[in-house]
Amino acid sequence: MINRLSGFLATMLVVGYVFLYVPIASLVIYSFNASRLVTVWAGFSLRWYGEVWRNEAITGAALNSVEIAVTAATGALILGTLAGYGLSRYRVFRGRALFGALATAPLVMPEVISGLSLLLLFVGLETTIGWPAGRGIGTIAAAHITLGTAYVTVVVESRLASFDRSLEEAALDLGARPWKVFAVITLPLIAPALIAGWLLAFTLSLDDLVIASFTSGPSSTTLPMEIFSSVRRGVSPQINALATLFLVTVTIIVLIAGQLIYRAPKLEAKAQES
Amino acid sequence: MTERRFGPLAVVALPYAWLALFFLVPFLIVLKISFAETAIGIPPYTPLITPDLHLDLHAANYEFLTSDALYAFAYGNSVKFALICTFLALLLGYPMAYGIVRAPERWRGFLLMLVILPFWTSFLIRVYAWMGILSDNGLINQALIGLGLVSAPVKLLNNAFSVGLGMVYSYLPFMVLPLYAALEKLDPTLLEAAADLGCRPWRAFVRVTLPLSLPGIIAGSLLVFIPMCGEFVIPELLGGPGTLMIGKVLWDEFFSNHDWPVAASVAVAMLALLAIPIAMVRRLLQVDLP
Repeated sequence: MINRLSGFLATMLVVGYVFLYVPIASLVIYSFNASRLVTVWAGFSLRWYGEVWRNEAITGAALNSVEIAVTAATGALILGTLAGYGLSRYRVFRGRALFGALATAPLVMPEVISGLSLLLLFVGLETTIGWPAGRGIGTIAAAHITLGTAYVTVVVESRLASFDRSLEEAALDLGARPWKVFAVITLPLIAPALIAGWLLAFTLSLDDLVIASFTSGPSSTTLPMEIFSSVRRGVSPQINALATLFLVTVTIIVLIAGQLIYRAPKLEAKAQES
Repeated sequence: MTERRFGPLAVVALPYAWLALFFLVPFLIVLKISFAETAIGIPPYTPLITPDLHLDLHAANYEFLTSDALYAFAYGNSVKFALICTFLALLLGYPMAYGIVRAPERWRGFLLMLVILPFWTSFLIRVYAWMGILSDNGLINQALIGLGLVSAPVKLLNNAFSVGLGMVYSYLPFMVLPLYAALEKLDPTLLEAAADLGCRPWRAFVRVTLPLSLPGIIAGSLLVFIPMCGEFVIPELLGGPGTLMIGKVLWDEFFSNHDWPVAASVAVAMLALLAIPIAMVRRLLQVDLP
């Protein structure tokens, strides 16, 4: 009986993973296809990678995306660390319920709503106070900071929830000032979670199409926007090559972030031993 | 101890102000503009407060939404697709999550990573990958023709099938992760006790495992249902005229018709539908944090 259940579960696992990875695998394989027809195999070629490299619309959009993602991840790291620390350490303060809602709601809000509402904010601000003058990389970055802050907040908050505070308390008892305790003890111990949070916010920004489309201006096309406009016209091997490069980059980032989140509690245990 | 630390205000003031400005205020503006009139100009809507300080509210946009059958169709379609696809994702995701929990411990981290990885790798690209598989000269049709099963390509793209497939595919990781978290907490001795008392595995599953994993089922279903309702990329790239959804309507009102007030009222209508599920998810997420 038990074996029959295990057999069924193992089968479903295989089915599930095949379902998850076959489309990605086919995308990668056909990026090396010599033929212009995406699905007719005509031999191995790196031709499409060369074309991506020489396509200035794509490389320009990629540079925009990286610039936005670095800004957004850094801003989200600062705001999310403060928010996660505040929510984790102060269980009661005026406006905490609203703050908690604001910090986590962007996680589940449909992107079309976030995008539209942020655009209307930027337009409203521009007509009333003249800032921001036009939309572009700055407004996309501000929108992505808001989204990324929610992710960093959750990562930091859950990291601090499993944090042993005896080291902090010892330092405070020995007369260290609170900000010094935070800088010398808390920050280094949660550093892996912070790096992971930064990387997740970076990936999120790099990947976003909908919010960026709403908040962008004429000269600020991002990589997903460029991919989207070309995908709407149909399947092209150049997009396969670009998608493969993109997947490799994001996978490396996610694996590093995953390692850091997983390793964090071990580091703390080590710090306590020494 | 607390008074020797920073005050809460000093810590949260900056993120609080940022989120209020870039998350709370924008919603109030959307609400406001949904009651404005469409106008030719930049920005293309009438001011709500007239020069003589009279509040000028127009419910016309909402009347428009209820009068045009297109919106009701898209709204109903979104809910229908989201409900069906949530259920299908649960049917596939539950045994996957249970399988990972029952796998040998040294494999578990790796199996979980395999689920998380697609969730973080570009949504757009994963949807695009299906276009190459489902199109008329795509992988599946080539295989079917090559095997002599069909003579002409089967239409697999731009219909309800491709949209449903894309939705289940894209959101499966959101379903598996909360289910895994719930099933992992389950005490295996409960199932042993049930077996010792002569309970058959199927009955033990229905009476013990399923009720105890209910929080995971609810969390996973909500996490999948909410973004599916507002989905734009999937109906745009994999869908056709019959699979119009509310997220795409909002996008088109804004980018094609430049009708900002109607786009804003579509957003408000969508939010009204999702407010309760969103509030429930937030509660569940908070309970999860110790």
